[in-house]
Amino acid sequence: MKKQSLVAIDDLNRSEILALLERARYFEQHPNSHLLEGKVVATLFFEPSTRTRLSFETAVNRLGGRVIGFSDAATSSTSKGETLNDTIKMVSNYADLIVMRHHLEGAARYASEIGGVPIVNAGDGANQHPSQTMLDLYSIMKTQGKLEGLTITMVGDLKYGRTVHSLLQALRYFKPVMHFVASKELEMPREYIRLCEENGIEYYEHTDFSPEVIAASDIIYMTRVQRERFPDLAEYEKVKNLYTLRRSMLDVAKPNMRILHPLPRVNEIDRDVDGSTHAYYFEQARNGVYARQAIITNALGIDPLEK
Amino acid sequence: MTSTKTELAVAALRNGTVIDHIPASALFRAVHILGIEDMPNRVTIGNNLPGKHMESKGIIKIEGVEFDRDVLNKIAVVAPTATINIIRDYAVAEKHPVELPETLIGTVRCPNPKCITNNEPMDTRFDVTERSTPILRCHYCNHCVSGTEAEII
Repeated sequence: MKKQSLVAIDDLNRSEILALLERARYFEQHPNSHLLEGKVVATLFFEPSTRTRLSFETAVNRLGGRVIGFSDAATSSTSKGETLNDTIKMVSNYADLIVMRHHLEGAARYASEIGGVPIVNAGDGANQHPSQTMLDLYSIMKTQGKLEGLTITMVGDLKYGRTVHSLLQALRYFKPVMHFVASKELEMPREYIRLCEENGIEYYEHTDFSPEVIAASDIIYMTRVQRERFPDLAEYEKVKNLYTLRRSMLDVAKPNMRILHPLPRVNEIDRDVDGSTHAYYFEQARNGVYARQAIITNALGIDPLEK
Repeated sequence: MTSTKTELAVAALRNGTVIDHIPASALFRAVHILGIEDMPNRVTIGNNLPGKHMESKGIIKIEGVEFDRDVLNKIAVVAPTATINIIRDYAVAEKHPVELPETLIGTVRCPNPKCITNNEPMDTRFDVTERSTPILRCHYCNHCVSGTEAEII
């Protein structure tokens, strides 16, 4: 197997996505192994993200590998003005794989072209975060038993939310019916509507989070509406509670319906939903470790089923 | 003799380049890209001229210069309809439309201030996603920019 970077979900075709999900399922059954024995993985977090870093480092540790890295650019030589090119070249001498998060968009793509070790993108600004998409897909497949032909509703900040954009890009292979629920200010950008049309995806746009939409859904993917996205705070105050999911709204839901959220949540999912059988967002986070174990071994060209 | 000339006669080029069918709105950007301001060569620039296939066009004639592909690629970004005529010894030796390549390297600046290309010493790279009215997408941050708004490096 060849080593390869994972920078964007678009780098993967349908069969590669399915193969990674199959692998994630294997790691859920066999979380601890020595597949990465003797390997060093660098986690370079030029921008702090504790949740993502811990998930990746847990994945490496459970695979028997070792981790080096930093969790904040302030503690790296970037603060002395070193270029990304030099940092990647330097770390490539030490590690077998680099997992990186950066506040600049395109940083991971650039790093993957420098010609060192494979790069796994753990988020580059508002651009790409493919491991989040893989864990979302894994959560959908696990809860629904399939990916094909599901009705998926995305709610909240559909304009700036990179997780919903990447998830939609991946779902285009699986013929979903999409519902987009957002205020006018935060509606799905036209380029993603075009993506639906080009791929023959049935989609509906709503400004109202209605019982009909909830009743139709197999998956409801909630996102946080961030205050800093609004130039006018009064606008934010007006919409911030329009798309809050409460337990009383779930009476109409299908039994198989599950609620996903990339976390952290603020108030878009009421606490009273947590105890519902439909709530899945905390398990979803646990799936992140399996998805990342799949991504890491794939990037290193290690096939767990061969060993 | 009384003259009833309705057009200004412009001396024909002996050797050089004529760039024709430039959209009128793009003419001065094209002038800038070619670097004509700093050239000692004889130059004729016309704008808002009636065109056969377009509303109004601009034309640039430059004596004694042939431009390399890199420069003409930049013209293609801002003026995709332009045609290039290479003149040698008063005759049109070559005539072809500008050709927008599929990928532009080091040609256009990314409009996204948070793009890695604006923060690291490196070449920009854009993929052309639409050709007729050019739309360029940054290979790194995926931001799109139209040819008419693109900042040429």
